[in-house]
Formats: sequence, structure tokens, C-alpha cells
Amino acid sequence: MLNQVRGSRTWGLIAGILALGAFMSPLPVIGAQELRIGFVAPITGPFSQVGKDMVNGFQLYLDEVGGNFAGAKVTFLVEDEEAKPPVAVRKVEKLIRQDKVHMFIGGLLASTGYAIAPVSTRLKTVYVASIPASDDLTQRDAAKYPLMVRTGWTSSQPSHPFGEWACQQGYKRIVAIGADFAFGHEVVGGFQKAFEDCGGRIIQKIWPPLGTIDFGPYIPTIKKDADAIFTLMAGPMSLQFPKQLAAAGIRKPVLGGGTSYDEFVLPSMGDEVIGHISALQYSAALDNPKNVAFVKKYREKYGKVPSYYSEANYSTAQMIHEVMKKTKGKWPGQEQFVKLLSSVELETPRGPVRLDEMRNPVHNIYIRIVRKKREHGYDKDELWNSVIKTYPNVGQFWKYKKEEFLKQPVYSRDYPPCKYCE
Amino acid sequence: MDSRRKLVIVIAALLAVLLITPHSGSYILVLVTHALIFAILAMSVDILLGYTGLPSLGQAAYLGMGAYLTAILAARFQFGLDGTFWLVVVLGILIGAATAALFGLFAVHAAGVYFLMITLALGMCVWGLAYRWNSVTGGDNGIVLPPRPAFGIELADDVTYFHLVFGFFVVSLVMMAILVRSPFGRSLVGIRENELRMRILGYNTWLHKYIAFIIAGGFGGLAGVLWAHAHGLVSPEDVVLATSVDALLMVVLGGPGTLVGGAIGAGIVVFLREYLSTFVPWWQYVLGGVYVLTILYLPGGLMSIPERIRLAHARAAQAGESKPLQSVSH
Repeated sequence: MLNQVRGSRTWGLIAGILALGAFMSPLPVIGAQELRIGFVAPITGPFSQVGKDMVNGFQLYLDEVGGNFAGAKVTFLVEDEEAKPPVAVRKVEKLIRQDKVHMFIGGLLASTGYAIAPVSTRLKTVYVASIPASDDLTQRDAAKYPLMVRTGWTSSQPSHPFGEWACQQGYKRIVAIGADFAFGHEVVGGFQKAFEDCGGRIIQKIWPPLGTIDFGPYIPTIKKDADAIFTLMAGPMSLQFPKQLAAAGIRKPVLGGGTSYDEFVLPSMGDEVIGHISALQYSAALDNPKNVAFVKKYREKYGKVPSYYSEANYSTAQMIHEVMKKTKGKWPGQEQFVKLLSSVELETPRGPVRLDEMRNPVHNIYIRIVRKKREHGYDKDELWNSVIKTYPNVGQFWKYKKEEFLKQPVYSRDYPPCKYCE
Repeated sequence: MDSRRKLVIVIAALLAVLLITPHSGSYILVLVTHALIFAILAMSVDILLGYTGLPSLGQAAYLGMGAYLTAILAARFQFGLDGTFWLVVVLGILIGAATAALFGLFAVHAAGVYFLMITLALGMCVWGLAYRWNSVTGGDNGIVLPPRPAFGIELADDVTYFHLVFGFFVVSLVMMAILVRSPFGRSLVGIRENELRMRILGYNTWLHKYIAFIIAGGFGGLAGVLWAHAHGLVSPEDVVLATSVDALLMVVLGGPGTLVGGAIGAGIVVFLREYLSTFVPWWQYVLGGVYVLTILYLPGGLMSIPERIRLAHARAAQAGESKPLQSVSH
């Protein structure tokens, strides 16, 4: 009996030592023609579907070029950031300090973007923000992060034209309901500014916490006399909100930020979202040859339609490849890399992309309506974000003057103030 | 094991950490720094759990108070970025202790599972404050700190910062060790063993527990100050229940009632968490498994292993001439 217990303990000890051995990974040796790319995305937790789309997008491009960027062999290291800013900071530190990456990419939430951009400055490593859309990263705080380039978008970028569009459709009074975090505040804020500048009124703002699944306490408070509802959902919230809205019998027109109807969740949605309209720089239904090929390949490989999360990272990989072509596969140094990446002009699945002087993309914004139809030659009726209007080459300041725009505070829970709230 | 031998082992281990860490990789350096900070937090939990018998599930609250104080002073008022850093350390300890003094009024009356629940709820209050009070705490975004203080000592340098944290860790360890060996500490153990008897003997057990609670809060606040500067970011995620649970589990893993056990547990959890999550997406199961196995098979934590081995040997010797070497050959 005693021997048995001891035996198991000895085995435990051996297993422990082996495990320890496995953790002691040798220091990586950096070859002259190697490009080490660190990537942080939520692999576990409620945002894991989004994280998968992010990684798959980048991986798809890498596979297309055989992991070779103009002669540089790409080492692609993925870390799980769990959609938590402090975890992302630790993972980025690991990628930089231990894996000696040339650059790190990704992060999901806007708050994560605000958390890891300073790390790029502190540890002097290039950060390519492919997803975090935190406005100030490329606006008021841009000077603080000289080694950061954004290849994704700013939260309020699609909201500006969308606000005007909504106003032109004749909506006068809109209720906004958005996830209570930086990204939600900025998307709703941008919409409110453009909508009210054109003569519309936001009459109510509701902020359910990020990750809310039961909207029972919020939906009944929506003002009955509003013309439409503007929603901004993220992650699992996107799926639940339209269902519960329909179940509550509310039949008002629904407008939304892009992530509310993004393809990471659209295939799982029911018919209740048909007719909902949103704005983003991408839709899987886009009918340009680059996108059609991208959707086909992505779907074949991963069994689902790509979302903007996939496209943004696919295009990011493409842009980095473009830089490496110019340097013939040599790492040009951080400053030079940032300069070269900021000057890339490229045809991507989302359309033509170039970067402005604050290192944020200028690209098309698409107003999209959810329709059940066949696209790209697939033989089944599915939900797609059909484009009904294109605003070409929209920058982060849209029609506003940059200097004046930067003078106003960043969009937040309280800005713009809700002057017409009842 | 006699106490002198224990002391020698602890000092040797500390020296090893002090000497080896700066020469290992820069990531290991960061992890050891994080582990030492969590060790302070875990030891403060041990004062409550191991010595007083109060399982606190809200220790992250004091870490959060210290960390947010540091971050707000540094980011808003540029305070604490020079020699005033030391003042911030004192303030951090005070705010941790003050918060504990307030929370203790509610919590210390309860015992057992009720104490657990109340500390949990109070911890959630601090989280709620951090998450909702946007204008002060930055809400979900948290607060990004400016670069670490420089006042002759360049804390921005990771090795220097490690030395600073190490210093605070050793001071905390010594202070807590003295505390638990003092008559006050002995009466805490008495309360853990049999509170009713202590009360009948004339001890004010409520006051003893209350003071222990405040002291633990103070050390939590200290850990918070160090954590804020180590991480460069303070976010509501730091104050969540999971942080409190981690601190408690570190103690359970290392061995409650040993102080050093909490520190060992902190090291293991920090390293397991950061490294395992790199290798496997299901790392949380591994960590959970480690906890479960420890609680099932090593209720005294890792620190009880030497004792168990000795007991086993003694028993083997008692059992007679049954070839004691055989067991080693497994």
C-alpha cells in the first residue's frame, strides 16, 4: 500500500521534471532572412470564434505564399490574449522578450489596443494594429506610438458616413444601444456626431456591459416613439440582441455598427436580422475578384465565410509582404519598416487601401443590408451583408477638418453629450 | 526540521533567486518580478487563511486599491515619478490597510463560508468601482502608466526594478515572519484552532482578527503599488475575482500557515500560467488539475512534502527491516 502511494508520487515527480524541461525552451536564433511575427488573439473564452477568424485570416495568406515573404522565412507565433488587456500585455512582453519578434500584430478589443500600444513604444518593437480600432491610437495619441501602424480601422470611421446616410433616409429620432466599452462608445459617438450634424437626434443612449447576454433589463426601456434603433454589439452579444429584440416584438428599423452583423456571427443568426443595416469597410458579399477568390479559399479551408476579422489580418499579411518585397526580404529596422508600411497602397479584398499620415487606413465604407440570398455561386440561400451603398476612400476624419476634429475630446460615454436625450 | 535549518534553506533559496534571475532571459526576469509581487499578496492571504483561519476571497481588492492609487497619481498628477515614489508606496500600504479597515467592519464578524462570501462581495464592489467609475479609473480601458520612476535609481531598467521588488518581498517576508511568531501571531493561531477557548481565556478575538485583516490589506496595497509599475497598466481585469482566487489557491498550493508556501505557490502559478498557455489552449484544465490534485493528495500543500517524506521514512523504519532502499528505486 505504502509502496503504491510512493510509486505514484515518484511518477508525479518524474512527470513534473519532464514538464519543467519542456518549459525551458532554448533561446531563438534570429537568421538574417527570417521574419519573426508575433500574433495575439483570443483563442479561449467567449471571443474565441473571433480569435480563430483573426488567426485563420493571417494564416491563409501565409499558406498562399508558402510562408515566404520575398525571401524572408516567416515564423508565425500565436499567443492567447483571452480578450483581456492585462493578459495581452503579458503575452506581448513574452513575444518580444523571449521570442524576439520583429513585430507583433493583433489584439481584439479597443481597450487591448490602448493597453499594448504603449508596450511597442516601451520595448521598441513594431506594433501592427490589425483589429483594435481604438480611435486615439491614430488620433490624439498617435505621436506617443511612433512604432505603431494601423491596418484595420478606427471605430468611428464607418460611423461617420453611416450617420449621414441614416439622416438622409429620413430618420429623425434614433435610440442608441451599445456595448459599454471604448469601442462601443466610439462607434456610437461617431454615428451620433454625423447624424446630429445632419439634423437627426439621438434621443436615448443605453449601455449594457460588454458580454451582456440577457438584454431583458434593457430592451423594454427603448423609447417607443423612436424611428429606428442603432445597435453596437461585440462578440457573443451580437447573436443574442437581435433575437431578444425580435422576441420582444419590436419591429423598428435596426441600424448597427459593423461588428453587430459581422460574418463571424452572421451564419449562426436567424431570419430576424434580415433587413438590418450596418456599415463597415468589408463585407464577405463584396463582388470584386480579390474578395471572391478570398471567400472561396477561406471557406474551402476553414468551412465558414470569412469575417472582417479574417479579412483585416489577411490584408495585413499582404501589406507586410508588400514591404518585404521592397526590402528584398531584409528586415529594414523598425522606423524604416513603419515608414514603408505606411506608404503601402494595395488592392485588398475590402477594396483599395492606403494609409493616411497618421498611419490609419483610408478605404471604402460599405452600407450593407442583411439579405437571404445566394452569393458567389454558392447553391444555398444564406444570410449575406449585401452592399447597398459605397462611400469611396473614407478617412478617419471623414469630411471634418483634421485639426478641428482633434480638438474635440475622444468619443466616450459622455461625448458627444446627449443633448436631445429625453 | 529545526528552525535554524529552515532559515538556512530559505536564505539560500532567496540568494539563488537574487543571483540567478538577472542572468536569465529578460522574459524570465519579468515573470520572476511578477511572481514576487504575487508572493507578497499570497503571503498576506496566508496571514488570514493559514494563521487566523479566515479564507479571504477578496484580497485582489487591496491590490486593486494600491494599483489604482499608483496609476491615478502617476497618470493624472505625475506624482510618484521621482523621489515621491517612496511616498506612493506608503500611501499604497495605507489605502490597502484603510480599505481593509472599512471592509473588516463587515467581514470579520463572519466566519467560515460566510466570511468567504462577504469578502468575495466586497472584492466585487472594488471591481465594480474600477469598471464603472469611468472618469477616475478609465473604466474598461484601465489606466496606462507613464514610464517607471527615475530618481537616481532608474526603475525603468528591469533588473533594477526586479531588485526593488525583491527587496520589498524580503522585507515583507521578514515582517510577516516576525508577526506570526510574536505573541500576537500566536494568539491568531489560537483563534484558528479554537476561537471559543481563546475568548474564554479573555482574548478579544474580534480585535485580533480585525487587526490581522488590516495588516493583510496593507501588504495587499503594497503588492498593488509594485504591480502597477511592473505591468505599466492597471485594468479592472486585475481586480476581478479570479485574481483573489489565484492568491488563495497559491497559498493552498504552497501550503497554508507557512508564509513561504504562498511564495512558492505564487511562483508555480505564475510560471505555469504564462508558459502553459503558450503551448496548449486547454492550459486552464492543467492548472485546475494541479489544484485539485494538491487539495486531494497534499492537503498541507507543497511545503508539507518534506514532513511527509520524513513521516514515511519513520513509518518504514518502524515497520522493521523491510529494506528501506526499495522504495527509492521506483
